[in-house]
Amino acid sequence: MKNKFIVAAVAILFVGLFIAAADLYNNQKNSSLNSATLENIEYIQRDYSPTLGPVDAKVTIVEFFDPACGTCRSFYPLVKRIMSENEGRVNLVLRYLPLHNGSDVIITIFEAARLQGLFWETLKLAYKRQDAWVVNHISIPAKLWGQLDGIGLDMDKLAVDMKSVEIARRVKQDLADAKQLKVNKTPGFFVNGKPLINFGYKQLQQLVASEIDEQYP
Amino acid sequence: MMQYKETAVTPQGWILIFICWLIAMGALFGSLFFSEVMGLKPCVLCWYQRIFIYPLAILFLVGMFPLDRSVVRYTLPLATFGWLFAVYHYLLYSGYIPESLQPCSKELSCAEINLELMGFVTIPMLSILSYSAIITLLLIFKKRNTL
Repeated sequence: MKNKFIVAAVAILFVGLFIAAADLYNNQKNSSLNSATLENIEYIQRDYSPTLGPVDAKVTIVEFFDPACGTCRSFYPLVKRIMSENEGRVNLVLRYLPLHNGSDVIITIFEAARLQGLFWETLKLAYKRQDAWVVNHISIPAKLWGQLDGIGLDMDKLAVDMKSVEIARRVKQDLADAKQLKVNKTPGFFVNGKPLINFGYKQLQQLVASEIDEQYP
Repeated sequence: MMQYKETAVTPQGWILIFICWLIAMGALFGSLFFSEVMGLKPCVLCWYQRIFIYPLAILFLVGMFPLDRSVVRYTLPLATFGWLFAVYHYLLYSGYIPESLQPCSKELSCAEINLELMGFVTIPMLSILSYSAIITLLLIFKKRNTL
C-alpha cells in the first residue's frame, strides 16, 4: 500500500514541477522579451506598411500576418472590433510574415493591389476565400488570382506591379524585422511596441486597454 | 492469497521497475517541457524516440501494481528500439554520420543543435542516457528473477 502512495506522490510531484518550471521559464522569457522590445523598437514599425484607422491615434496595433493563416483570418474582424470599440484612439499597421509556402507571392499581389488603392478590399476577399487558395497549408497564388473578381482590380496592371523591386524590398525588410523581433508565429501582435506575449483575443484586448489608459488619461 | 501478500511487503526488484518508471516519467515531462514550454520543435528522430518512451511511463506503472515478473518481456523491446533511434540520433548530432544520410526535412534538421545545458548536455544525449539506464535496470531485474 505504501508504494502506491509513493508512486502517486511522485506522479503529482512531476506534474507540479512541470507547471512550476513552465511558469518560471515563461516569466523569465517575458521579462527578457520586454527588455528586448525596448531595444528593438525601430524594427516594429516601418513607414511603408499598410495602415488602417486614424493617423493621429495614440495607440497602434502592429500585426505580423500571413494571408494563408487561419488564425489571422479569425483575428481580422476581432482587431477591427477592438478598433471600433475604441473609436479614434487605435490604428492598425499590418506587416508581412509569410510562413506558409507560396505566401510570399500572395503578399506581392497584396502590395500590387495596394498601388491601385485596393489593399484592404483584396485582403478581405482573400481572407473570405482562403479555403479556395490555401490547399494543405500551401498558398497557391494562381488559385487566389482566379478569386480576385468583383472589386475592380486591373489584373494586367497587377501582374506588372507584382514584379516591382520596391515591393520585393519591403517584403524582405518585413521578414528581416520579424526575425529580429523573434516573431515566428502569426498573427504576431505589438501594441505601442509592447509584444502580446500570452496569445489570445482577451489578452490583446487587455493590452490595448492598458495602452489606452496610459495614452488617454 | 499470495498476490495480496506480495503487495503488502515491497517485492524484491520492485524498486528497479520504480526507478525505470521515474526515468520514463522524467523523459516524458522533460521532452514535453522542451517542446511545449520552450518551443523547441521536435525533429523526426525525436518523435521516434518519444514514441518508444511515452508508453513506457504507463507500462512501468501498470507493471508495478502488483509487480509483474514478466514486465521485461514487453518493456525491453520498446526500450531497445528507442535506444537504437537515440544512438542513431546522437551519431548524427555529433557528426559521425554525414548529413546526407539524415532522414529529416530541411526545415527541421535533426543534426542542428538546439540546446546545450551546461555547455555539453544535449537532448539526444539525455535520451541515450535514459534508454541505457532503463535497459540496464531491466536486464538486472531479469537476471535476478531467473536466478
